[in-house]
Amino acid sequence: MLLYLARRLLWTILVVLVVMFVTFLVFFKLPNGDPALRFAGKSPTTASLAEIHKRLHLDKPFYVEYGYFVKNFAVGDDQGWPGLGYSYGNYVSVRSEILERAPRTLFLVAGAATLWLIFGVAIGVLSAVKRRTWIDRVAMGFALFGISAPVFWLGLMSLFVVWKKLGLTGGSGYVPLSDGIGAWFSHMILPWTVLALLYIAIYARLTRNNLLETLGEDYIRTARAKGLSERTVIFKHGLRASLSPIATIFGLDIALLVGGAIITESVFNIQGLGWLAFNGAITQDLPSVLGVVICTATAVAVMNLVVDVVYAFLDPRVRYA
Amino acid sequence: MAGVGGSSLLEVRDLSVRFRTRDGVVQAVSNLSFTLERGETLGVVGESGSGKSVTSLAIMGLLNRNFADITGEILFEGRDLLKLSPAELRKVRGKDVSMIFQDPFACLHPMYRVGSQIAEAVRAHSDVSKSVAQARAVELLDAVGIPNAAVRARDYPHQFSGGMRQRAMIAMALVHNPAVLIADEPTTALDVTVQAQIVELIDKVKRDFNVGVMLITHDLGVVAETASHVLVMYGGRAMEYGPSYEIFHAAQHPYAWGLLESMPRVDRKLDVLIPIEGSPPSLLNPPPGCPFNPRCKYRFDACDKQSPKLVQLPGGHLDSCFLSTERKQAEWRDKVSEEISQ
Ligand SMILES: Nc1ncnc2c1ncn2[C@@H]1O[C@H](COP(=O)(O)OP(=O)(O)OP(=O)(O)O)[C@@H](O)[C@H]1O
Ligand code: SF4
Ligand SMILES: [Mg+2]
Repeated sequence: MLLYLARRLLWTILVVLVVMFVTFLVFFKLPNGDPALRFAGKSPTTASLAEIHKRLHLDKPFYVEYGYFVKNFAVGDDQGWPGLGYSYGNYVSVRSEILERAPRTLFLVAGAATLWLIFGVAIGVLSAVKRRTWIDRVAMGFALFGISAPVFWLGLMSLFVVWKKLGLTGGSGYVPLSDGIGAWFSHMILPWTVLALLYIAIYARLTRNNLLETLGEDYIRTARAKGLSERTVIFKHGLRASLSPIATIFGLDIALLVGGAIITESVFNIQGLGWLAFNGAITQDLPSVLGVVICTATAVAVMNLVVDVVYAFLDPRVRYA
Repeated sequence: MAGVGGSSLLEVRDLSVRFRTRDGVVQAVSNLSFTLERGETLGVVGESGSGKSVTSLAIMGLLNRNFADITGEILFEGRDLLKLSPAELRKVRGKDVSMIFQDPFACLHPMYRVGSQIAEAVRAHSDVSKSVAQARAVELLDAVGIPNAAVRARDYPHQFSGGMRQRAMIAMALVHNPAVLIADEPTTALDVTVQAQIVELIDKVKRDFNVGVMLITHDLGVVAETASHVLVMYGGRAMEYGPSYEIFHAAQHPYAWGLLESMPRVDRKLDVLIPIEGSPPSLLNPPPGCPFNPRCKYRFDACDKQSPKLVQLPGGHLDSCFLSTERKQAEWRDKVSEEISQ
């Protein structure tokens, strides 16, 4: 088990390094022109450019530059850990930008993930147990709706109805937790629900199909042959075996949303990491984009690791392999 | 053959099972009757698709009644299992009647320890603590011949060999000293070397625990060794049924002859093994007539019109074939028995 973990950890680090290398090339080496020009203001002088070159290690071969880039990320730069350089746009450090934006996205994703895991699995189980009844049909009809409804449409509709017309929740925009948990919650509940809806639909289908498949397994017949109650058969024997694949994609879905909840973030004007990346992209602020990309990539790699560990705990066959 | 209080341990009467499927009705079992007493082994033989597994699942109450029409009676100590509510049936299942299956690789839950799966079976029918149940699991694993049972009980199924898993399944089936043990092809998925051990174990269990064993198998050699009675099935029907000795020494049904002729023997090389020509009948909307008639060498007019009923023969067993007794005895004497002993 320990060996397995060590191997997976090494692999994760390798993946992050490769991702960083590719993004480094794409963002810093492929674009034409001298990146120092972008930092040097309206009227760059040779001296100031040389100074910037030195500071950004642009005067060194690119692998040394990459080395500094990795080192800054791993151990931090003058702004602290993780060192991600400075934004072109407003000369603040990318690190501080990300730290300011990250909680918004993390709260959004965490709340939505909790919702979709609970409701997705619950609906899926209900559907599987009541398969081919009206409950199953209604649930799967809802799932089809959830999968096909565009997030921006759902978001705008829900804002219009629930906030504008009914006044039940806060509107768009982000209210930090420090302004009171009630206001924060009232502004988060709509984005959570809208973002979760798609995933509830996906998870409900997935759970239903996995569980139905598992319930056809021979060991489920054994469980029934023992004389166990139907509830034990379904929850202890069936659900246990169908949850492992769900745990896997759950981890990855969360990680991908760290940089990818752009639509939800912009519909509800949350201005999280997705917004930061999007904004960076249209203003050609490469360091900001790069920062978000690397954070997301790291989140995905780390979640992959977490998923593998969880999987090993869920499934003894992996643990002892 | 009657047991205590006049009723048999297990008596199946006129059992029919139909599956409603998209393609039509599958007549998996038709008008099947047999009895089983404590300490006996009933060998059930027949080609693939002859309804052996469906019969055993019907007895266990493991067929989904929403899709399967089951008629007839399954009397366990006089009580009709088909009339019990799901909750009542659950109390019988795994306690009075238990079952082991063909594929021990797929039959144990891959994510729970072997010992705890057996302990779970203990607690399904008796209100004991986890540690008591676990102790009982270890005791049974030991009894079925798992070495170092206390330690191995903590293993997961994938750490067991096929033979050990089947032993574990047998242990699980025995936790409540059942009266009936159904074994559906318990050795088919195992190595040849292990097969004999499992057969021997089941036979030992029958003697030690005085259970009635319904042994479904393709291996007529095993039936000859261990069964007191034999049921020959074809197309969901009983073709021949009676004491083992009778079947092996005076078989009366052309299908049983075919099976016996195809039986591999130690003194016969495998390449002279003669399978019965043709393939099993479709059970989807079966035509009238004897189900075996497309493949039967002895077929005559009557065979196409209706299916023969099981009738009692002088030798004390039953068969269903329109041929006259004299003809069958003559055939057996002059041809079949000779061919078998060649
Ligand atoms: N749930 C079901 N729905 C529809 N048909 C079924 C179902 N279960 C079994 N059958 C059909 O019933 C027939 C009898 O099947 P059964 O499994 O009892 O055969 P068997 O004698 O056990 O064969 P084998 O030796 O291959 O195990 C087969 O034709 C099978 O296709
Ligand atoms: S009834 Fe006819 S077809 Fe059927 S086994 Fe007897 S002789 Fe053959
Ligand atoms: Mg079978």
